[in-house]
Amino acid sequence: MANIISDETIEYVGILAKLELSEEEKEQAKQDMGKMLDYIDKLNELNTEKVEPMTHIFPVMNVFREDIVENGDQREEMLSNAPEQKNGAYMVPQTVE
Amino acid sequence: MDLMSLTAVELGKKIKAGEISVKEAVKAAYKRIDALEPEINAFVTLDKENALKRAEEVQKLIDDGTLDGPLAGVPVAIKDNMCTKGLLTTCSSKILDNFVPPYTSEAVLNLEKAGAIILGKTNMDEFAMGSTTETSYYGETKNPWNTNHVPGGSSGGSAAAVAAHECPYALGSDTGGSIRQPSSYCGVVGMKPTYGTVSRYGLIAYGSSLDQIGPIAKDVIDCAAILEAIASYDKKDSTSMDRRIYAPPEPEKEGSQENQKPRGYDFMSALVDDVKGMKIGIPRDYFGDGLDPEVKEAVLNAAKVLEEKGAIVEEFDLSLVEYAIPAYYVIASAEASSNLARFDGVKYGYRTEEFTDLHNMYKKSRSEGFGPEVKRRIMLGSFVLSSGYYDAYYLKALRTKALIKKAFDTAFQEYDVLLGPAAPTTAPKLGDSLSDPIKMYLGDIYTVSVNLAGLPGISLPCGRDKKGLPIGLQLIGDCFEEKKIIRAAYAFEQTRTYECCDFAKKEVF
Repeated sequence: MANIISDETIEYVGILAKLELSEEEKEQAKQDMGKMLDYIDKLNELNTEKVEPMTHIFPVMNVFREDIVENGDQREEMLSNAPEQKNGAYMVPQTVE
Repeated sequence: MDLMSLTAVELGKKIKAGEISVKEAVKAAYKRIDALEPEINAFVTLDKENALKRAEEVQKLIDDGTLDGPLAGVPVAIKDNMCTKGLLTTCSSKILDNFVPPYTSEAVLNLEKAGAIILGKTNMDEFAMGSTTETSYYGETKNPWNTNHVPGGSSGGSAAAVAAHECPYALGSDTGGSIRQPSSYCGVVGMKPTYGTVSRYGLIAYGSSLDQIGPIAKDVIDCAAILEAIASYDKKDSTSMDRRIYAPPEPEKEGSQENQKPRGYDFMSALVDDVKGMKIGIPRDYFGDGLDPEVKEAVLNAAKVLEEKGAIVEEFDLSLVEYAIPAYYVIASAEASSNLARFDGVKYGYRTEEFTDLHNMYKKSRSEGFGPEVKRRIMLGSFVLSSGYYDAYYLKALRTKALIKKAFDTAFQEYDVLLGPAAPTTAPKLGDSLSDPIKMYLGDIYTVSVNLAGLPGISLPCGRDKKGLPIGLQLIGDCFEEKKIIRAAYAFEQTRTYECCDFAKKEVF
């Protein structure tokens, strides 16, 4: 395997991905990611020096519309899926001391 | 005769003619669903009570002439990643196990306007990440042709439900082949339209630059009719394309125009049994290593059939085929890691029971709520977007995508339609794919490049292997050229008789 994923890298990616992996899952993730990157490295065979990265298939730029609210007040409907709510707001653990 | 053995359009005609009621059609579907689900498991959620109520409403609108389209009163199954107001939408994930959307996705809304009755939501790979429907939180779906085999994925529930005659048609979504590959494995017809044709509003996002909703049905006529119903320009999806502007110009047709659909949206007008002079290209690179010889033979035989009908068939080198999968997995995983950041246990979905603070709550909710394949792709996506690797992986993949698009552009200067297999093999056995992710990813080799280039593609049955499993033929068109692939597919289909599996023939009481 050409790509060796270090513990630090998995730790860092876990933070970015907001995932908490068990030790076993971390080992598996190191293996999986290494194998995937080995495979993805195939792209390096291609010379893409003068090629612009293509984010969108069609040459569509920003799509603008008037800044007018079109949907109605759906507070109750939106809140109905919240794991916890209070006084018409989403409830989360305390974040500021 | 069982009503569910009819195509959607045939059923719609009988309803319109008053030969059967909408309620009878809905009841016939549920009768089969109740009888077959223990063995197939194509559905995650059923909506019987509402469906029967809506059947009465739709019946009235048909009777008074308000609804007169081909799909009016015809029941449908919806893949469980499309939001349906008031009806559970889980993406087959634990993290959305209790999610009841407050709104309906635009594609489903369009179907409802056409008089469709929603039977329920179909099983899928979790968040559409997979090629087998085995990563679902609700257990795997079985292939109705042989229940020891997978139905394909990620729209495996939709394809299996149509193949088992549990419903006349279904909607699926296709990010890297998720409509075409399960359609191929289940012996049904599935179509991915040009990117931007069907609104993604209300489709729970996986890879936003690749995702498209499309039909899965028994034949090409149904696919064209369904696509007419679901395709629309939608302001709420900023990547929606107005086909009235972008569809290629056509010569004015003479005579009365029965079809009222606007230019660019009149897919049924392409249902013509004539491929004389049509230029069909066969990418040589699609017939190399890894392709099952029986699949190869069936697909090349289909090309011969089209040639005999007057098409000009040639082999050519498409190039870059082996780079599509690595580019796809970088782009799809990157977009997934961003799209799935919204599942944090705050606004909807699963929240872990015990936590110390906000970040711990996020992390634990996500880690407990997502399955292994989803986590694998979020990790890979986060990595390729992280500083230091962004250029080497993410931008490299986007540059490769530009080259792949260019290769297709060159091909379509020469050919009207490209022809190849939908998948390298027929349906694998249950449990055989998940152990080796890269092997599973390789199964997408003929489908992913179509998503990267935004092209329309259709998969339709072209034979069966020695095990009796269906083989899928894929036809690929240039952007906005759905009508060419519909015409070629329809012409080919006319040379065959519809084959269904034993489950579909099973009488239920």
